[in-house]
Amino acid sequence: MKNVKFLTVLLLVGILFTACSNDDDAPIPVDEEEVITTLTVKLIPSGGGSEISMVYRDLDGPDGPNDPVITPSSGLSTGVTYNGTIRVENETESPAENITEEVEEEDLEHQFFYTPGGGLDVTTTYSNFDSDGNPLGTQFTLTAGAAGSGTLTFTLRHEPTKPNSGLSDAGGETDISATFNVTVQ
Amino acid sequence: MRYYAIMVLLLCSTLTHSQNCDYSLSGSVLDLHDGQILVGATLIIAGTDQAVQTDIDGKFSFSNLCNDTYSVQVSHPFCRTEGFTVKIFGKTRRSFKLEHHVEELNQITIEGKAFSNKSKTILENTLNSDVLERYSNGSIGDALNNLSGVSSLNTGNTVMKPLINGLHSSRVVIINNGVRMEDQEWGAEHAPNIDINAIGNLTLIKGASALKYGGDAVGGVIIAEVAKVPVKDSLYGKSLMTMSNNGRGASLTAQLTKSYQNGWYAKIQGTLKRYGDFKAPNYILSNTGFFERNLSLGIGLNRFNYGFEAYYSLFKNDIGILRASHLGGAQDQVLAIESNVPLIINDFTYDIDEPKQNVTHHLAKIKGFKRFDNLGELEIQYDFQRNNRLEFDIRRGDDKNKASLDLQLDTHTLLLDLDVKAINKISLKTGLMASYQKNIANPETGVRRLIPDYDMYTIGTYGIANFKFNERWLLEVGGRFDYTYMNVFKFYRSSFWESRNYDVIFSDIVVEELNNQVLTNPQLNFYNGSGTLGSTYSFGKDYQLFVNYSIASRTPNPSDLFSEGLHHSASRIEIGDLRFNSEIGHKLMFSLNKRSEVFSYTINPYINVISDFIVIEPTDVRQTIRGNFQVWEYRQTNAKLIGIDVDASYSISENFIYNGQLSLVKGYDRTRNEPLINMPPVQIKNEIVFQKYSFNNLRMSLESEYNFKQNEYPDNNFEVFIPEIGTTKLVDVSTPPDAYHLLNFNSSIEFKTTKNKTFVVGLEIKNLLNTSYRNYLNRFRYYADDLGRNFLINLKFNY
Repeated sequence: MKNVKFLTVLLLVGILFTACSNDDDAPIPVDEEEVITTLTVKLIPSGGGSEISMVYRDLDGPDGPNDPVITPSSGLSTGVTYNGTIRVENETESPAENITEEVEEEDLEHQFFYTPGGGLDVTTTYSNFDSDGNPLGTQFTLTAGAAGSGTLTFTLRHEPTKPNSGLSDAGGETDISATFNVTVQ
Repeated sequence: MRYYAIMVLLLCSTLTHSQNCDYSLSGSVLDLHDGQILVGATLIIAGTDQAVQTDIDGKFSFSNLCNDTYSVQVSHPFCRTEGFTVKIFGKTRRSFKLEHHVEELNQITIEGKAFSNKSKTILENTLNSDVLERYSNGSIGDALNNLSGVSSLNTGNTVMKPLINGLHSSRVVIINNGVRMEDQEWGAEHAPNIDINAIGNLTLIKGASALKYGGDAVGGVIIAEVAKVPVKDSLYGKSLMTMSNNGRGASLTAQLTKSYQNGWYAKIQGTLKRYGDFKAPNYILSNTGFFERNLSLGIGLNRFNYGFEAYYSLFKNDIGILRASHLGGAQDQVLAIESNVPLIINDFTYDIDEPKQNVTHHLAKIKGFKRFDNLGELEIQYDFQRNNRLEFDIRRGDDKNKASLDLQLDTHTLLLDLDVKAINKISLKTGLMASYQKNIANPETGVRRLIPDYDMYTIGTYGIANFKFNERWLLEVGGRFDYTYMNVFKFYRSSFWESRNYDVIFSDIVVEELNNQVLTNPQLNFYNGSGTLGSTYSFGKDYQLFVNYSIASRTPNPSDLFSEGLHHSASRIEIGDLRFNSEIGHKLMFSLNKRSEVFSYTINPYINVISDFIVIEPTDVRQTIRGNFQVWEYRQTNAKLIGIDVDASYSISENFIYNGQLSLVKGYDRTRNEPLINMPPVQIKNEIVFQKYSFNNLRMSLESEYNFKQNEYPDNNFEVFIPEIGTTKLVDVSTPPDAYHLLNFNSSIEFKTTKNKTFVVGLEIKNLLNTSYRNYLNRFRYYADDLGRNFLINLKFNY
């Protein structure tokens, strides 16, 4: 009798085990929703003239092995003030998703920073602000100073400390850090 | 059963006649479970006034018996009394077997009997319930840290991963109540999903020789067992509460067991832990609280020759991850490392925000055993585990409250074990294992799968033989073979697929080419052999020598094979390799063990040579739109780990005991001739314990823990461009933090309220001097100090 019970348990367990179904459906792909692939900066001379654009494009995202493709600006002119706009996109999606809108909606949690480096003499000021009146920076003005060349880095921080005095005490996480070689003639 | 025995005795006693009565009965009394002799068992022959006790060899003899049928009652302090019928014919020999069960009530413990040895030729380290209760508010990682040779790989203060002789994650196999844990242990920041309060006993085996549980334990095996239930009518339980000022939280656990004389039992246990942000000596560690909820239920039947057990446990934990550890790239890392304090410090809160983990682990098992007189004990077990891991990152837009990682791992396992009855000093254990595992990565996260969807089938078989040459010398030989088949569906990023040249090597596994991804179907086979050879020799009055050699083979885990992307919590890009084969470890260890009343010690040197050891290390710095990221790639190499663990205990006087511990391990990459990363630095622990049984079992201890600075480490520093200064800067991710010294105080006192009820009050102070320190094995050491002083009050009630 005991053996019969034991064998019954064994059988039941065996059935449980073999009953697991096995479905071999291929999984669906995941399109990354938050990836930022492209940063486009447009500079329009305030006194009129031709538009200057700079593009930083990393089509396989930050994880992908391919290096970003950088389209540098044509030279800036000494003493000229430019009205700048920044556009951020996810080009892995088709059509490309405009992330600038998201950044502007969540203005309290974002801020752009403009950092000249090397021998570049430019000054920048913010043109748009968040609902608390702190800088947001998808729009800005840039004034080219003395002739020279160097780097200009655009940094987007997510959840920075606001207000702040610059990148060094802003904290938060870097969503974008794109560096361009820039010349002032 | 007792009535039955008495009835038999009564009935049989009337049957005695007077006749030629100069015959005898002799033999021995043995433990039914393992055939060990029972000393001091009492045998009474009904109808006569003869009663004897077994001697030191478990032997007894009666004389002046007639050729007749007698009833013999056999009793032993730790066994249930049994009645046997014996037919005497001349000089009769007969052995009796008793079930050596456990008296767990009133804190009577029988060392070495309640839980059987897992490996006969490796010195096992065991933590019993007394020690485990002291860590009731922590994790099994905290408790295991008590043992020499064990440290932990931490992610902040909430995720502790056991590190055995320098190895961790999928190189350490954890067995929970007979079930091999499948809780996505491949991740360095995935803590074991076990409630410490559900465990009655924790055993550590620093090698792969516990072949019953698998042959891939290159580092070692941790075995957690629930407390055994006595075979008697009883209802008992305990409740524990721990409150601590650091984290401003509490842990509450309770368990209740009902048992019956006929072998049936039922038990229930639950734990609740809630903590807010913890504190380093000088600041709050923001977002480091956790909320853990556990439940376990068991029902079973324990009889002499058969029994069964059904068990279910649920583990659920919400874990906050230090806010300041979430970084957007190497530039952020530079700032975080350069700052002496975490870059984000908020006010204390119980809220757990992103980044956070949410893990749920279900474990259900059903087990039956039957003892066959001529064969031995046959055991069959089926278990099912479901592990769901959600990881939340700081995200933007519509995805804000969505998990970035959502993995569900289901595992079904069927085990068949046969413990063959000892014949001529040889005992044999053998078994079969079959398991099916399915991993499902939820695509709705909007983040590419870290671990792909896969089905994995494993079958294994093992055999272990023990030769007991004599009482002092034992030899153990064992072997195991496992076959693993993995059927994987993995999306590769097209640019990655091509850059690794996989499009040429693996063109046959492509299922579909999409816009910027490639769907592939790798089917992998792994054949793993493992084995153990060891011997134990006892000499002198209290010396034992253990020698053990084991080979372990580990199938690469999913992250070794398939990683391909950004690892947020590490702020780096991690890349696996589809071409990996199994890692094979050869471990040789010696243990010299002396046990005596006054002075006991263990010296345990070992060497572990691992071929095709899978390591992850930096290979490149990648420029991306988010700035620079360091690229870490997995590769296979040959590794060597050498170390020694020493434990000592000395009774200074009646009430004072000294305990000392040394753990040392050195690990090298033999191909590149450089040290391995994340090797625990040398650690020395000294403890003075004052214990006075006569004064309410008062116990006070002061422990000093000294951790040296790790002086051997690989140089993984890299340079990163900093726009503010217009030039590059060195990021020092390699240099280990300085040595540190911690003092811990622990005390407890016991009150008996009634005969069966005790009340224990304890006070504990961790990091007594509020020392600021950083631990090399804490992945967040770059961002924040470790925990500051913590006062804990423990209350325990046994009923």
